[in-house]
Amino acid sequence: MNVRAANVRAMNGGIRNGGIRFDGVTVAYDATVVLDDFDLTVEPGEVMALLGPSGSGKTTALRAVAGFVRPRTGRVLIGGQDVTALPPHRRGIGMVVQQYALFPHMRVEANVAFGLKARKVPRGEIAGRVAEALEMTGMDGFAERYPRELSGGQQQRVAIARALAVRPGVLLLDEPLSALDARLRAGMLTELARLHRELPGLSMLYVTHDQSEALTLADRIAVMDRARLRDCGTPQSLYRAPGSAFTASFVGSANLLAARWCGEDAVELDGGVRIRVRGSGGGEGEATLCIRPHLIGLGEPPGPSGPPSPDVPDMNVLHGAVTGLQWRGASHRVTVSLPPSGAELTAEVRELSSPPALGEKVSVHFAAADAVVLPPGGTP
Amino acid sequence: MTLRARAGRTGMMRAGMILPPVLLLALLFLYPLALVVRDSLSPDGAGGGALSTRAYSDVFGEASFRDALLNTIGIAAGATAGTLVLGFVLAFVVAFVPFPGSRALSRFIDVFLAFPSFLITLALLFVYGTVGMANGLWTDVTGASSGPFDFLHTPWGVLLAEVTYFTPFVMRPLLAAFAQTETAQLEAAASLGARPGRIVRQVVLPEALPALAAGGGLVLVLCLNEFGIVLFTGAKGVTTLPTLVYGKAILDGDYTGACVVAVVNVALSAALYGLYRMLLTRTGAHRARPV
Ligand SMILES: Nc1ncnc2c1ncn2[C@@H]1O[C@H](COP(=O)(O)OP(=O)(O)O)[C@@H](O)[C@H]1O
Ligand SMILES: [Mg+2]
Repeated sequence: MNVRAANVRAMNGGIRNGGIRFDGVTVAYDATVVLDDFDLTVEPGEVMALLGPSGSGKTTALRAVAGFVRPRTGRVLIGGQDVTALPPHRRGIGMVVQQYALFPHMRVEANVAFGLKARKVPRGEIAGRVAEALEMTGMDGFAERYPRELSGGQQQRVAIARALAVRPGVLLLDEPLSALDARLRAGMLTELARLHRELPGLSMLYVTHDQSEALTLADRIAVMDRARLRDCGTPQSLYRAPGSAFTASFVGSANLLAARWCGEDAVELDGGVRIRVRGSGGGEGEATLCIRPHLIGLGEPPGPSGPPSPDVPDMNVLHGAVTGLQWRGASHRVTVSLPPSGAELTAEVRELSSPPALGEKVSVHFAAADAVVLPPGGTP
Repeated sequence: MTLRARAGRTGMMRAGMILPPVLLLALLFLYPLALVVRDSLSPDGAGGGALSTRAYSDVFGEASFRDALLNTIGIAAGATAGTLVLGFVLAFVVAFVPFPGSRALSRFIDVFLAFPSFLITLALLFVYGTVGMANGLWTDVTGASSGPFDFLHTPWGVLLAEVTYFTPFVMRPLLAAFAQTETAQLEAAASLGARPGRIVRQVVLPEALPALAAGGGLVLVLCLNEFGIVLFTGAKGVTTLPTLVYGKAILDGDYTGACVVAVVNVALSAALYGLYRMLLTRTGAHRARPV
């Protein structure tokens, strides 16, 4: 049995009481409500991403778990225990923040040992636990360094090691990769995913405004908007069936068009263009139509057999003029303006050998099943 | 002669400034100092006669000199320790405990640095003097003819005045240091399970150490050479080296003796400051950067 596997087993043995529950948590500064009646459950061992634009209350939610903001109403539970009234040092959590927050006057090993000493871990165990945490984050070999002698990515690894050393049941991460450049970020995401696999009992609450981090890492994503929880679900479900235009645009990219119901499985765009949509029992009045760019094809759709035909019942075919063209290496993004309203649709298609010119008339097509109708709002 | 005596005093008061490596000031200071040293070695009249250390043995033999020396060291060390503790606590509260008016208070500290020191003495007289507020309250309540507070003219009174006056000198650099300490570090420490006491000892204090050292060094040297507060507060009850210089030169007309005390004062300042720096590097040795 190698050292790493032994460390992983040791750490798993220490982790218990995972899981977080927000129970109607409201936080306000003076008259401003920054977290509004927030309900969310993170299961033991689950990675939950809190995704939302800046100022939507993500950090506030995380700090309510850590104990640095006191909810006006509601309860916070960690591992099934109500911790709403407990001070931060008694909550048994690990926390990693964007700016690392390492102690600059301590060497790496003292940083990692800090929590162990604070929690009165027997002296004899400390060195082993520090080594174990550093090894898990790939920072063994840097124990003697001071934080200022490490790169940003290395400092963040130490911060993660410091949080893991105390074997918390819950790890809170607040935009942990935002200070790193794109390549380091990708590497750290992979590492965090590996840690998640190796520590299946550890719950993580991962705050980010970056959807790719949430999509890569999270078991479920909670989408926040203006102090409220908008949507919560697995990345796939939020991507395929977002509950709102806000979620659709925040999880993946989306074409969002103002529309009106006209029948069981069809909507009408401004100007009367009729579009077959995913069967959902229909509705009435205003709505927002959502179509993912990569589900839109350029040109006439291929028929079920034989030549392309506009009569394939579940296929929508629209005609318009090209108003934008972007080459993205493996793909082209083609933006098409639809008459008469001028609403724009962007299609993301495999790189084209002969892309259309700006202003050229083209047709686009997409399946009815890929046209999702959402509550109104959120359109440009 | 009066001029020269004044030159001696000015030189002595500038003793605190020789220590930072400011060459220009050192030049301004070194010449008068040389004059003072020469006079202290010429007991038979300024400039003339053979050099002799007779004045030194005379002065060292006086009980008043030994008293003044002990007072100077004791008060300076006590005031430095007092300002460090009080300054740390106050600066910590101002920086980390949110309360209404903490910004205004930190502004006021800047203004306070510009106050003349005798103002403190006057204020303390109003509060603790024989006919001050504290004693007035006592006599009103108990009907006694005089109150219990009668320490202003003792070394304790001087100590209190110096601690009051010099505490902002420690707070100023500390507040700057605390502004650099990220709240995120304090929160990380708390989330790791540290109680507030441990956070202060192991995170806040070590990071504030350089600022604390700078403030303490400044206060130590300023206290060793403090004249106004001792003269006002201690009055005749407390003599320190600077007031002894004044007494010898102005009141007794003993210029050689004054120069001797001045030289001792300067040497003491330099020596204590050196010792202080040495202690600091010793205790701060583990923080050395091993780059
Ligand atoms: N200490 C505070 N005092 C007043 N308002 C605050 C404080 N902290 C955060 N806020 C406000 O709360 C809102 C949510 O902030 P935050 O939770 O940090 O958002 P996010 O992390 O999603 O960017 C913001 O509008 C912010 O201005
Ligand atoms: Mg935030």
